[in-house]
Amino acid sequence: MPQRTPLYDAHIEAGARMVDFGGWEMPINYGSQIEEHHHVRRDVGMFDVSHMTIVDLRGRDTPAFLSRLLANDIGKLATPGKALYSCMLNEEGGVIDDLITYRMDEHWYRMVVNAATRENDLAWLNRQAEGFDLELAERAELAMVAVQGPGAREAVIRILASDDAERASSLKPFSAAECGALFVARTGYTGEDGFEVALPPDEAQAFWEQLVANGVAPCGLGARDTLRLEAGMNLYGQDMDTTVTPLESGLAWTVAMGDEREFIGREALERQREDGVPRKLVGLVLEGRGVLRHGQKVLTDAGDGEVTSGSFSPTLERAIALARVPADTGETVSVDIRGKALPARVVRPPFARNGEICDGIL
Amino acid sequence: MSNVPEELRYTESHEWVSTENDGTVRVGITDHAQEALGDLVFVELPAIGDQIDQGDSCAVVESVKAASDIYSPLAGEVVAINEDLEGDPGIINNDPYGDGWLFALELSDSSDLDDLLDAETYAQQLD
Repeated sequence: MPQRTPLYDAHIEAGARMVDFGGWEMPINYGSQIEEHHHVRRDVGMFDVSHMTIVDLRGRDTPAFLSRLLANDIGKLATPGKALYSCMLNEEGGVIDDLITYRMDEHWYRMVVNAATRENDLAWLNRQAEGFDLELAERAELAMVAVQGPGAREAVIRILASDDAERASSLKPFSAAECGALFVARTGYTGEDGFEVALPPDEAQAFWEQLVANGVAPCGLGARDTLRLEAGMNLYGQDMDTTVTPLESGLAWTVAMGDEREFIGREALERQREDGVPRKLVGLVLEGRGVLRHGQKVLTDAGDGEVTSGSFSPTLERAIALARVPADTGETVSVDIRGKALPARVVRPPFARNGEICDGIL
Repeated sequence: MSNVPEELRYTESHEWVSTENDGTVRVGITDHAQEALGDLVFVELPAIGDQIDQGDSCAVVESVKAASDIYSPLAGEVVAINEDLEGDPGIINNDPYGDGWLFALELSDSSDLDDLLDAETYAQQLD
């Protein structure tokens, strides 16, 4: 029996097509996935992301724990409300998950991790936390709504009480604040401005309905996937997993090795850097007609690679992909699509953000 | 509930067949199929003149989500293809039984039509 979020009834009422998503019954679309995609790029849309796992870490040793746990440096979060994107690695440098950590106050941090990796993540966190003075508490009850698009902040701010509205409107990108019972973060997974809002389950439906009344279009996880791909953001389990390091996943910028900080996986990454990182994650734009898909073989002069995420891009109106290829791959490759080798151009993601196709993509 | 027109014939793999006045048949995908696939973004059709057998994978439709092979419901020669789909595959979503047809066949043996499902049988399969 799949799990349901507090917004399940709202989805059914809105005519959502529901699918099983890592054990959760979630909306894939409410009609046209492409229209939902455009809503977010051009105006505002929202996603039920209540299936994501929120974990609160509290205690004196929390900063020291996170400093060891995460490949990015939690010390960058100098003030409360700041957010950090990071990978959590195993000793071999493989990616256990990617996640966002928010600094709530000096000894309280909040993590949002992927739903599909929940059990594994919690087991790893609990194991690694041994010996540290801190408490781990999953906040499974919280609902979460991502409101995204150029009109997203205004739509949310309009329905908040005045104090909360002021707090939310002053949020800088990649920061968060508690606004009454709501936790409002100026983050997202679409390449557009907006908020991700965590809130008590009994308030979720009213919040959702108020946003609908304010012209926010409900969008399914299908559009969420094409938006994040256009934005050049990795999807865990598809673009990376424990068999690859962040250095092979386009995420070297999230690994803080500038100082002596001993984080899990550091030695493996240092070794890989010394030996030379063998593969890289690149963007592909298919030159002709067709659709790039996860698992397709990429043929390059330097050897074979693989499409990790591929789709039709509604903004570019052609097929795009993230692909893991040999480090020496040049500017053009071929992709094996049903037995035909079709030419694709190698680009540097993102493909599209803030309503526009990025420079150098077309 | 998806639309299953009475006058068409169907396959278990969600293709439909209509008999035209000139004796050729048109082939497309059903309303159920387009809805399950979601927004269509790419169509690959057979070439005019291709000889295809019943059950041959002869076309591909791709949505944002997935690629799906189209199996020919009948044997024959391809006599027409819907060229409008190349520029706008979404026609299939909007009008799967009309403007969203895929290709037309001159049948090798018109009695093959009897192998196909009628509307009632196909609709039962969807329940």
